[in-house]
Amino acid sequence: MSKLLQVENLQTQFFTSAGVVRAVDGITYDVAAGETVAVVGESGCGKSVGAMSILRLIPNPPGRIVGGSITFDGRDLLKLSEEEMRDIRGRDIGMIFQEPMTSLNPVLTIGRQLTETMEHHLDVSQEDANKRAIELLGLVGISEPEQRLKQYPHHLSGGMRQRVMIAMSLACNPKLIIADEPTTALDVTIQAQILELMKNLTRDLGVAMIIITHNLGVVARYADRVNVMYAGRIIESGTAQDIYHNPKHPYTLALLRSVPRMDQPRGEKLHPVGGHPPDLTKLDAGCAFRPRCEFAVEKCTVAQPVLEEVSSGHVSACWQKDKVGLGVQA
Amino acid sequence: MSVDTITSNATAASSSEGAEDDLVQVRDLKMFFPVTDGVIIPRVVANVKAVNGISFSIKRGETLGLVGESGCGKTTTGRCILQLEKPTSGEIIYDGRDLAKLSASEMRPLRQRIQVIFQDPYSSLNPRMKIGDIIAEPMMVHKTEPDKAARTKRVLELLTTCGLNPKFADRYPHEMSGGQRQRVGIARALAVRPEFIICDEAVSALDVSIQAQVINLLEELRDEFNLTYLFISHDLSVVRHLCQRVAVMYLGNIVELAETDELFDNPLHPYTQALLEAVPIPDPTIESERAHKIIEGEIPSPMNPPSGCVFHPRCPLTVEDCKKHVPEFREVRPGHWVACSQV
Repeated sequence: MSKLLQVENLQTQFFTSAGVVRAVDGITYDVAAGETVAVVGESGCGKSVGAMSILRLIPNPPGRIVGGSITFDGRDLLKLSEEEMRDIRGRDIGMIFQEPMTSLNPVLTIGRQLTETMEHHLDVSQEDANKRAIELLGLVGISEPEQRLKQYPHHLSGGMRQRVMIAMSLACNPKLIIADEPTTALDVTIQAQILELMKNLTRDLGVAMIIITHNLGVVARYADRVNVMYAGRIIESGTAQDIYHNPKHPYTLALLRSVPRMDQPRGEKLHPVGGHPPDLTKLDAGCAFRPRCEFAVEKCTVAQPVLEEVSSGHVSACWQKDKVGLGVQA
Repeated sequence: MSVDTITSNATAASSSEGAEDDLVQVRDLKMFFPVTDGVIIPRVVANVKAVNGISFSIKRGETLGLVGESGCGKTTTGRCILQLEKPTSGEIIYDGRDLAKLSASEMRPLRQRIQVIFQDPYSSLNPRMKIGDIIAEPMMVHKTEPDKAARTKRVLELLTTCGLNPKFADRYPHEMSGGQRQRVGIARALAVRPEFIICDEAVSALDVSIQAQVINLLEELRDEFNLTYLFISHDLSVVRHLCQRVAVMYLGNIVELAETDELFDNPLHPYTQALLEAVPIPDPTIESERAHKIIEGEIPSPMNPPSGCVFHPRCPLTVEDCKKHVPEFREVRPGHWVACSQV
């Protein structure tokens, strides 16, 4: 498969009064055409900033992309003018945000919001755009699409709004969709509906997707490959099978152990990760996970581990990675 | 709701009645919020039936889970027990006394015994108060520790119990992370030595690694202080982990109630089955082999709930009768209650 998106050593920093926050601290990964890649991690690990950087939607000031390259479909997005970038957003790369309540414009009708992107990007008449909008609403499973076009976001439920968001992201036949916590605000039965819809649409239309989430179950169900992030870096990357059945980073292992699972016997105590995520303004030369890590050794305090191959396509950034595994106690 | 369901609900409650170890009994609780129209002379045009006749009991030392999706009435139920809402009808018997019949002064000593932990650790702590003062406040209100030195000592003790450094007593909420704040909320709830704690989505806002810490803390405290919890949550895997019995709510009704193992291994109500089906399991192999039966449709408005069984528009088992009659909440196996005519 050809590489649709290649992110190389991306660095995004926020310059605040408390110091420089290294929100994304040199991440490298790629996405093949039609592939679903998940980015998992906890709040503040840089997963959203990393995705926003691809679209160059980092508020400046205080944020800035300070290094690296983002190659999308053969072009380096960081070298494009603002004008050229605008042509890519919404046309080649679609976006689905977490909050369906706040990411739709409350004073525009659903129809207007859907047709606006199409008219801007595709040079189609209003009539054709309307036709396509009706088609799209049908595609995402909204009943009576003709009537819905005239309605406003407040007429719709959270699940419906997220369907509209998906329809908008698909409007211009994008090659890539970035979905930032697309179902976090939704109830579990609605979450299942939306995820199933996204999975079917990306497969049928051959769209690649980056799905950003903290929910390990969602990742297991929908992702081909997984990047695990911690403190602005990718600390482990591999296929979903690699990550879940053969984790090679202590943080991945700790994450998997800390969630109660429906398929496992009850009554076992959870194994939380001790401590708290680090302050991103005060990172030192060592591994950022070291203070919370049960495998940490002397070397971890002095040198930042780099991503090294464990098996084909499976990489981990840990000096102790050979000792890490399911069922292993430090 | 028809007459026979009320009686059946009453039987549901009375079956556990007399059991001396019941700390809380909720009987046919209804909480309707009026929707008014008109500015000068408002008149009630509709009712939001947030809780529509539910009955359950919680034994001393037990953790009862209350699960359901947004708008199902689980939080309202908790607020009714706390007497933060005045229920439309029904009884809440706490340790043998009907809370609705108590005066404010009779209620106050009971409030000390019933505490609450809220979902959002950001908005449930006063940003202008120091952590120490936040934890000390309930002791002052209930006059459990009139002596200032003793109060300070107890604050430090509580911080340690909840896994926080005692030096946090002099800090403000904004200096702490979400997980730490939630620990403060727990310390505050424990301050007056309660016996019953309502945890309303107490771990939902936390990251997974921190969530596990707080879940373990809640478990340790339960064992140490012999606490009774009503654990309100939408997260089924957390509820399964923490609770002994679970009640599933849908649109103001309890649709199923059973021991945790029984409920999760042998769910009978189609809604419970759909909920369990919808929860993804963090294992790609299991996920690829699971058949995903996803229920259609959305949760109807509680202002205008469907006739008969409230779940019938989304239910795969619906027959004509479901649209007409409210299903009886009946005990199909010892301790396993379900409100569905088709099981």
